[in-house]
Amino acid sequence: MPSGAPSTDLWPRLEPLLPQVQKPARYIGCEDGMQTPEHGPDKTSWLFTYPDTYEIGLPNAGLQILYEIINERPDAAAERSYAPWVDMEELLRREGLPLFSVDTHKPAGEFDIIAFNLSAELTYTNLVNCIDLAGVPIHSARRSDADPLIAVGGHCTYNPEPIADFVDLVVLGDGEEAIGDITDLVGEWKRNGKNAGTREGLLRELSKIEGVYVPSMYEVEYDGEFLAAVTPRYPDVPEKVEKRTVADLADWPYPKQQLVPMTEVVHDRLAVEVFRGCTRGCRFCQAGMITRPVRERPAEQVSRMISEGLQRTGYDEVSLTSLSTADFSGIEKVVADTVSDQGVGQVSVALPSLRVDAFTVGIAAELQRARRTGLTFAPEAGSWRMRQVINKLIREEDLYGAVESAYSQGWRRMKLYFLTGLPTETDDDTLGIAELGRNCVELGKKYNSSASVTVSVGGFVPKPQTPFQWFGQNTEEELRRKVELLKNDLRGTKGVQLKWHDTRASLAEGITSRGDRRLGAVIEYVWRHGGTFQEWSEHFSIDLWLEALAANGLDVEWYVYRHRTEDELLPWDHLSAGLHKDFLWQDWRDALEELGLEDCRWTPCYDCGACTGYGIEHVVASATPPAGGSQGTGVDLSAGGAVPVTLQTSKPIGVGGS
Amino acid sequence: MRLRIAFSKHGKIRFTSHRDVARIWERALRRTKLPVAYSEGFTPRPKLSFGLALSTGHESEGEYLDVDLDPEQGADLDLAGLTTHLSAQLPVGMTATGVVVIDRRMPSLQQAVTSCTWQIDVRDVDESTAQAAIDAALAADELMITRERKGKEVTDDIRPLVFGLAVDQPIENGVRLIAELGTQPRAVRVTELLSALDPPLAEPLLNEPRVLRVHQWITTDDGERYDPMSVAAAASAPVGVA
Ligand code: SF4
Repeated sequence: MPSGAPSTDLWPRLEPLLPQVQKPARYIGCEDGMQTPEHGPDKTSWLFTYPDTYEIGLPNAGLQILYEIINERPDAAAERSYAPWVDMEELLRREGLPLFSVDTHKPAGEFDIIAFNLSAELTYTNLVNCIDLAGVPIHSARRSDADPLIAVGGHCTYNPEPIADFVDLVVLGDGEEAIGDITDLVGEWKRNGKNAGTREGLLRELSKIEGVYVPSMYEVEYDGEFLAAVTPRYPDVPEKVEKRTVADLADWPYPKQQLVPMTEVVHDRLAVEVFRGCTRGCRFCQAGMITRPVRERPAEQVSRMISEGLQRTGYDEVSLTSLSTADFSGIEKVVADTVSDQGVGQVSVALPSLRVDAFTVGIAAELQRARRTGLTFAPEAGSWRMRQVINKLIREEDLYGAVESAYSQGWRRMKLYFLTGLPTETDDDTLGIAELGRNCVELGKKYNSSASVTVSVGGFVPKPQTPFQWFGQNTEEELRRKVELLKNDLRGTKGVQLKWHDTRASLAEGITSRGDRRLGAVIEYVWRHGGTFQEWSEHFSIDLWLEALAANGLDVEWYVYRHRTEDELLPWDHLSAGLHKDFLWQDWRDALEELGLEDCRWTPCYDCGACTGYGIEHVVASATPPAGGSQGTGVDLSAGGAVPVTLQTSKPIGVGGS
Repeated sequence: MRLRIAFSKHGKIRFTSHRDVARIWERALRRTKLPVAYSEGFTPRPKLSFGLALSTGHESEGEYLDVDLDPEQGADLDLAGLTTHLSAQLPVGMTATGVVVIDRRMPSLQQAVTSCTWQIDVRDVDESTAQAAIDAALAADELMITRERKGKEVTDDIRPLVFGLAVDQPIENGVRLIAELGTQPRAVRVTELLSALDPPLAEPLLNEPRVLRVHQWITTDDGERYDPMSVAAAASAPVGVA
């Protein structure tokens, strides 16, 4: 160690524990692409942590990207950590050992910043548990200057108020640039010795970075049950925090060295992100709303990342990731390049989010030459009326066309995803789900007598920063009744299999999704009563959540089931994903009037704020929309030129370089 | 053409499972661009065949796998240097130690291997206790274990498969044992042996032993003993044995 700073290696103490736990390979690191950086007083160290198991957390692209970017800096070092499973946690606590990194098995408490990716609300109790296991006080107010800073990023951070008490800083939006700015400030503070009493000053400085929200810099006032005001405590702290947006994905060809784990993980294949953002405007979809505008990666860069990635990793499967992959305007070029690439051998390509049309199936057919086991589509709702409300403008013909084309090309199983408990949903809308499932199987029977359809139904949880943020979630009983309705209707139907998400988990998600800072005590209660790994059915307990609410004098009806009004101050109103609140409100009214809104990439702008507010534009890989680009809207696709679009052609491609 | 590859497994990577190791090899072979043969059908798999599974957590100096090469591309393959190339594609802790061409008619590793030699470090046990337990076991006519099989408890006598068992040397806080255990019709596990001794020299979750597979052996009907690489070499010329 050049600077002589101590860096503890816990491996000798962890090694004897591993024969005693399930899946010990979760804790060894050793991935291809793993880095073992040197630490020192002149280096700002980050521990990127996923608050769930290694198998789920390792493939997380966000954490891998930031891990590489930080390790490329000479003045910084990054390692990774994952929530230890309950058996390992018990041993760690018994032996007095802390949370550790998997790279060099360094104690979490020795890092300057522990940064968590939050992509699901039900991991909040694991977040608290990991902070505690790191040996850091769980409340930010109790931390001393020597303690690591606790940072969070990811989709849940668009309403971080329920976890505001536990975190020091929140990164809104794309992290690539923001972590650089944070590293600069924290590095300076560290080199100055992290002197007593300077933490508050550092946090105040951090709060001025674009995309960084520091909850402790804001005073929250209530008027009875209602939120009355959220005010900055200092004049130089921004009143409203805007998300950070990377203007051009071509500048960020990460991960360059995707981690290849030595043990099985959930997405065990190469993943190449083809674009960020989505302009389809599905009103229930938080991911689509908060990641605008669309930024496509140049098609050549995608092809190159696939080819080099496959050769480096030895994977035989690549997944093209984004919100609606077939919308990628360079899709045909990428498919042609990959299929004809001799250097990579027999490869299968996965499109994780298939658009519902025959064009998409054609692409899937070209990519999945060998494996035709199953295809997944997400019509989301059972009737055209309902789909207009949620702005998922897929006509029945689109779905049947896609499904028939798939069955005729050799697929035998379809999976259809739906939501129930949507605004204005009637029992006819719900039963439409069963009807679609039945009709799809009928179509399949023409081609294969064993054709089958899995209908998967989830209870809708309204999310912040979407047009449905004002909607009162269906009660747990109501969601259960709707699932029963479908069960009864599909009883005895051959070839249709119904699956549903636990309605009690939707309730727990609803409690945390739109809560305010008073929820912090609830999360802490659930954690203190052993409620970790709430995403796992064997550990999930709705009773614990309800008990926690009651113990804190809070009400389910108020937090989950109540419709919000236009004038209500929402807990996340001081945070912005770029979308104007009046645009969202108008879109909510339009929803109730069953008015659909076309894809703004290829039609005129609605001034939602995502582009106009930040002076950025959609960036696309090809001037021509892909076939089926605005399906179901009846729009002439040649009108595409009128949109604010930057064509991505002459950019240098930086894959593999630095 | 069929290759037999020998490799070792040490250190942190020992906590990967047999299935994990299979995936590690599939990726490593694709990266070396070796023309591995694939099975036919909807989901083509590379034609690899592994020897006896090594328990998760054990280390080894004698692991093997057989790889079928595509006859059309494999014929004039240059195998010199392959051992080094393979090692470069394996994770830290796994090293290829040799490659030979074998006759495709040779029995598979699973069928051919008859016994394994193990080095077992047991903790919290003194030498005399270990020696006494071993002497008693070797003097006994039977050594019963109970194990679970398809949800049912079955009782087995493993004494006939204990070909050798001795104290090797004292180590820090324990004793090193050397054992040779039979693998046919079923491979005896080291943990089964230790728990069958009186007193048991290791107990799950308490003092897990550190175990190293030193050798795998093929004993022929007339009592000749080979290791899996030399039995192959007896049939064909070795290429690139490190
Ligand atoms: S600002 Fe206009 S073009 Fe950009 S995402 Fe919003 S509606 Fe679409």
